[in-house]
Amino acid sequence: MTKAYKIEVDCPACADKMEKAAGKTPGVRQAVVSFMTLKMKIDFEDGADAETVMKEVRKNCRKVESGCEVYI
Amino acid sequence: MTKKQKINLIRILATVAMLVLMHFLPVTGILRLILYILIYLIIGYDIIIKAFRGIIKLQPLDENLLMTVATAGAIAVAVWRGSDDYIEAVAVMLFYQVGELFQSYAVGRSRRSISELMDIVPDHANIEGENGALEQVDPEEVAPGTRIVVRPGERIPIDGVVVSGSSSLNTAALTGESVPRDVTEGDEVQSGCINLNGLIKVRTTREFGESTASKVMELIEDASSRKSRSENFITRFSRIYTPVVVISALLLAVIPPVITLLSGNVADWETWIYRALTFLVISCPCALVVSIPLSFFAGIGAASRKGVLVKGSNYLELLSETKTVVFDKTGTLTKGVFEVSAVHPEKMDGNTLLHLAAHVERYSTHPIAASLRDAYKEESDDCSVGSPEELAGLGIVACVNGDSIAVGNSKLMERVGAKWHECHRHGTVVHVAVNGDYAGHIVISDAVKPSAKQAVDELRACGVTNTVMLTGDIRASAEAVGKELGIDEVYSGLMPRDKVSKVEELLAEKKSKKQRLAFVGDGINDAPALSRADIGIAMGALGSDAAIEAADIVLMNDDPVKIPAAVRISRKCLRIVKENIWFSLIVKSACLILGALGVANMWIAVFADVGVMVLAVLNSVRCMFSK
Repeated sequence: MTKAYKIEVDCPACADKMEKAAGKTPGVRQAVVSFMTLKMKIDFEDGADAETVMKEVRKNCRKVESGCEVYI
Repeated sequence: MTKKQKINLIRILATVAMLVLMHFLPVTGILRLILYILIYLIIGYDIIIKAFRGIIKLQPLDENLLMTVATAGAIAVAVWRGSDDYIEAVAVMLFYQVGELFQSYAVGRSRRSISELMDIVPDHANIEGENGALEQVDPEEVAPGTRIVVRPGERIPIDGVVVSGSSSLNTAALTGESVPRDVTEGDEVQSGCINLNGLIKVRTTREFGESTASKVMELIEDASSRKSRSENFITRFSRIYTPVVVISALLLAVIPPVITLLSGNVADWETWIYRALTFLVISCPCALVVSIPLSFFAGIGAASRKGVLVKGSNYLELLSETKTVVFDKTGTLTKGVFEVSAVHPEKMDGNTLLHLAAHVERYSTHPIAASLRDAYKEESDDCSVGSPEELAGLGIVACVNGDSIAVGNSKLMERVGAKWHECHRHGTVVHVAVNGDYAGHIVISDAVKPSAKQAVDELRACGVTNTVMLTGDIRASAEAVGKELGIDEVYSGLMPRDKVSKVEELLAEKKSKKQRLAFVGDGINDAPALSRADIGIAMGALGSDAAIEAADIVLMNDDPVKIPAAVRISRKCLRIVKENIWFSLIVKSACLILGALGVANMWIAVFADVGVMVLAVLNSVRCMFSK
């Protein structure tokens, strides 16, 4: 299952950091962050609950880039 | 402006006001230092926090840390010197923030304007209510099979079939084609097209997310996440670059004073530390990091406006290096539809010959019969056509107005005893005999697309050195087409799997890796060749998911002229990327040298950093406006 989320981030380097942080979150198979379109695409692992996983993703992203936002 | 940008703007203005105030306040000594540190914290607190966070988490060096070390160092040097001149550190932080604000504003603006140009997905669909009033609903909620109403001036939100009304559609957003397409009841329509004049009702056949416009948008958005080599180069580059600069700055701060010490003179520590700090300010690589993805995004946007979907920045880069273009003939350079291309009568006039042939073929389902009937539109007249006899591998014999007419190949002519002769034209020759007497022949061939010649010429003009055509056709007709279009190499009589091995052969022949090979096909039966080539280009893909899937670059309509157009866009985009790389690197290294020599101070350093970034961003936006 793949879903796209709108994000808010300032620079491409920060977007890369978010991508790495989101990708390491349990329940996420793959994360792709596009700075240009301000979107985060998450490919969830089977059986993962998107909403709970996304809360973790947002938390992990904030850890590496405090000013970022993920709209769930 | 976002909320964050507004806050930053207020911080910047407040800092400027306080600096002006400080200029007139007669405070000195420790109080002066405290006040300046206060202003410094107001303008730079977020940077400083980020820098410390980075240190705690052992993240690699970033610009926040560079700026914090440089400015804090500048204050320390001022305290050491006892000069009471703390304004420089605050000003550098201030300019850095101005630059950051401008960067986020400029990038946000250009991102929005590019997205708006590409935004072909409408945000509502009209559903007719019970009393005939239109209700606007979210297109996501419209199930397949629903009737929606598209008024003149609106975009079609979901793919479907017209059930009532007729209109002209502007398909430019999808195909780049400016001539409107007429649609009427029963015609399929794609989302993203603009309804120009009439009100039409459409029965949707897909969900919103599966519709053409949504798919196209998704492709473009995903494209920017497939990174090109240039982008990867920059990521790798900044990973090496920042540590190198920091180490050089350290060496710059330590080595010259130590050397002067060793040679018996007094070491000038603070001058060299100051120069090292200047070095740090110059070194931020933001101009490159921001402008390159923006260039590719704008280039992909420009191509999509012309009806060319590029599925990744990497393909745009490969396309710009294309030296060989391999075409599949049928459906790519030719229309893929058989048409009568010549009528050579012996005794009667051409029209009569066509007339007779069309009658004989009245009941046949052979593609050649269909093209003969197409060529003679008034076939269903009152002539009597009787006892048609289809002779497999030869042709048809039938009785028209009492005469026995034979229509077929040369073997049939032998059989009915007609004295036939060869034709100088290439294509399928259909001979006609009346009562065993040779009446003439009709040539049927696959017509070359009117713009094919222009496409080949333009490709050559924009740097493609080798054009190749592959076809399953017989040699004579393949070579005739090749000659007409000016194709360099023609390979005929190929089975689909031969096409793949031919592509592999051509790939192996390439002299260098940088000379890319593109394969152009219709995406239906040449998927293997499309994926084997460096770049696979599928044409006529509007509405065909399979073709979109198989190819790297997708032409929404089937006009071959779009290929040179796409190559030109890619070349321009890559040229701008290279300009930005060189421009930034040259200015930065010049400033680094001047900084090390002590000619450039921190003010110049921060101006160089922000200025280069602004120019590079503005330059990137030019990619959007390719011809």
